[in-house]
Amino acid sequence: MQTPALPPQGATVRARRWRHLRRAVALPLAALALSGCTIPSFYASEGATSSSKSVYHLWQWFSIGAVIIGGFVCILVAYAVLRYRRKGDHIPRQSQYQLPLELAYTIVPILIVFGLFAATLVVENKETANPATKVTINVNAFQWGWKFTYPGTNAFVYGQTTQNPEMIMPAGENVHFNLTSSDVIHGFYVHDFNFSRYALPGVRNEFTILAQNEGTYFGQCTQLCGLYHSLMYFRVKVVSQSQYAAWIASFNNPADEAAAKAAAKTTYQQTSSVVPTHGSTTKFGR
Amino acid sequence: MTDVLDPPVQLPPPPPSHEMLEEHGHDEHHGPTGILKWITTTDHKIIGLSYTVTSVIMMIIGGAFAEIIRAQLASPNGTLVSLSQYNELFTMHGSVMIYLFVGPFAFGGLANIMVPIQIGAPDMAYPRLNALSYWLYLTGAITMLSGFFTAGGAANFGWVAYAPLSNSVNTPGSGADLWIGGLLLTGFSAIFTGVNICATVFYLRAPGMTMFRMPIFTWNMLVTGILILLAFPVLTAGLIMLYCDRHFGTHIFSVQGGGVPVLWQHIFWFWGHPEVYILALPFFGMATEIIAVFSRKPVFGYKGMVFATLTIAALSLGVWAHHMFTTGVVLLPFFSIMSLLIAVPTGIKIFNWIGTMWRGEIWFSTAMLMAIGFLITFLIGGLTGIYLASPPLDFFTHDTYFVVAHFHSVVMALLMAAMGGLYYWGPKITGYLLNERIGKMQFWFLFIGTQIFTFPLYVLGLEGMPRRVAIYPHDPQWKTLNDWSTFGAILIGISTILFVVNVAVSWKKYPSGDNPWDAQTLEWFTTSPPPHHNFYRLPQIRSERPTWDHNHPEHRSLTHGKHPELTEDGLEKVHSS
Repeated sequence: MQTPALPPQGATVRARRWRHLRRAVALPLAALALSGCTIPSFYASEGATSSSKSVYHLWQWFSIGAVIIGGFVCILVAYAVLRYRRKGDHIPRQSQYQLPLELAYTIVPILIVFGLFAATLVVENKETANPATKVTINVNAFQWGWKFTYPGTNAFVYGQTTQNPEMIMPAGENVHFNLTSSDVIHGFYVHDFNFSRYALPGVRNEFTILAQNEGTYFGQCTQLCGLYHSLMYFRVKVVSQSQYAAWIASFNNPADEAAAKAAAKTTYQQTSSVVPTHGSTTKFGR
Repeated sequence: MTDVLDPPVQLPPPPPSHEMLEEHGHDEHHGPTGILKWITTTDHKIIGLSYTVTSVIMMIIGGAFAEIIRAQLASPNGTLVSLSQYNELFTMHGSVMIYLFVGPFAFGGLANIMVPIQIGAPDMAYPRLNALSYWLYLTGAITMLSGFFTAGGAANFGWVAYAPLSNSVNTPGSGADLWIGGLLLTGFSAIFTGVNICATVFYLRAPGMTMFRMPIFTWNMLVTGILILLAFPVLTAGLIMLYCDRHFGTHIFSVQGGGVPVLWQHIFWFWGHPEVYILALPFFGMATEIIAVFSRKPVFGYKGMVFATLTIAALSLGVWAHHMFTTGVVLLPFFSIMSLLIAVPTGIKIFNWIGTMWRGEIWFSTAMLMAIGFLITFLIGGLTGIYLASPPLDFFTHDTYFVVAHFHSVVMALLMAAMGGLYYWGPKITGYLLNERIGKMQFWFLFIGTQIFTFPLYVLGLEGMPRRVAIYPHDPQWKTLNDWSTFGAILIGISTILFVVNVAVSWKKYPSGDNPWDAQTLEWFTTSPPPHHNFYRLPQIRSERPTWDHNHPEHRSLTHGKHPELTEDGLEKVHSS
């Protein structure tokens, strides 16, 4: 804006003001409608799966509602606090009821709530759907580590605490998960999936994830599970379908098969006796 | 007195018959004195004061745990405490704050003192049961905390004690048993107090004090009492089951014996969610009273407020599984819509508070500042709670610091209301005011500290930091946000120290008189502190503001914009049916 703009010709001040106002309101709204990218992220991220993206957009819309409602209430409070400071020993009008107003701030929130609920249902039904899939991964959580097995193949991944067992899954394909726990309740949480689910003893929790972006993502147990809860890490590596097939095939020799069986056997015995590897700066135990 | 009260309030002289009645010998009780009096008393005011003091001590203990936790998290590889000590600390921080401070402070402390006086009753309905409540509470608190002195340390399975982590295999120590025992004792004390409050409100109201003339605080305490009676027995039963699982081999919550671990979560949260409102409703009531008094107006939308409270209580019994969305074994849409709907009555309350301030004459005493701080902080906690009612967003944020930040916004708001309650009702209980200048300093430390404390935690949760972790070595960039949060916690700690300093500095220094705030409800009609059976005489009770009506007969509430019909002597006409 180096040179001042010429005043618009043939328009009254009022019309000009209206035009400015219209531009100020309409432009952001149009931008919002055209692409989700221009909406602020509100500190969340899009994530790597199909449902993590819809969760992210749901998060944005909830946040917009929260900011508008919260801002409105804060402005009301600020106005009341600044405008109605006590100035003397004056007693104000003792009004107590204003029924139309009270009805308005009962009915409008009910409508907002049903709007939020409808948006929730759309995302939730998509996220909790369990379509038929070709790939299944069994996830078993235990104190304090993870075991990932691939039914119908010899592949498995096993690791404790900071060993960071790395679950391999294909991109662009629905993957069915069966989540179980061998001892206490654990939380299967991958931040970039915008998703978590409890691993419950005695229950098989099932869900389907469609990873879209290849990469390695950090996962961690989120439900308190005892002493080494802080260090119950794992990783998720999303690879292309051909890489995935090659990885599965690499397990097809007898030596690995024996190792898989041995690992499956020791899972339950080792849990209480293993001391995890960790950085030397950290002190453990009492 | 003038240096703490500005502007000074002009009030009519107290009713003349006070002194006359005092000479009458009504107050002569030749009972024990000193510590023996404290131990044997059944006076609700002394019991309530014991509750208040004990619970504030609990708050300081729980707050100290919190400061240690924040100090540990100030670096990614914190070595201040060990992993198991950290588990003990956050377990006991949550347990002390929830079980031993917020609830007992509200329904054992201020409600115990104020409810009988607000409805013109001489005492609680069952004074001895009331004394039993306090001693059970004190015993329970000592029992729970004594876990720290056992060989295995205190309970370390989180304040929710999820099975099967809380069974005898995974948590063998006696600290866990002391936790269960202490919680059983305080649970019974809560149940007895609930019985007492309900009976007192239903049977001991003064003549003229109809249900719809009760102050909002008493209304909220009645609803809290009903919720206690519905929810706490479930927790008590659950704790007994847990104890049997640990020691008598019952296998109620263990898979090996055919039990169901998730059953514990159902039982716990069926108590736990109403408990959220058992904690919150009393403080809603305190804030309502404070905002009305310091705006010099009646509570806006009084009846709407009562119905909002009842709606919250009713809905709160049907939302427990929103704590269990990620278990995958609950019906998501039902618990989602029920949880979302709680926002509606809560929103009504917030708008009613603003409506009460609107066109008022707001006096920014410490109590009022605390109430406004409560309103803003609770708004933040409430809005972030709406996210958690939506299952997809709950999957995303569950068990991360987002949840921690959400409920700390809520409980820190409650703490502000609690402090407001102490500044507001303290003069009625003791006869002395607290220093307003230190009080305002305390408020700003508490309010700003709370926001600096919680905001980084929201962001940390969204960046994926799980709760209940002692170290976060894989993501050291979380240190900056954690440091900000720790800084906020230090400010909150300073505000607590300022409160203790204020009590010491103001000790018997600023006599308050009977009604220093020109308040409205019945408790401000009697002396400060009130006599043994609370009242020498009562005013005419013709609205929910009998003291105000007595002091300002020409400024009665304009019910639906109209003045009530008056008789020739200036009293409201009573239509008897």
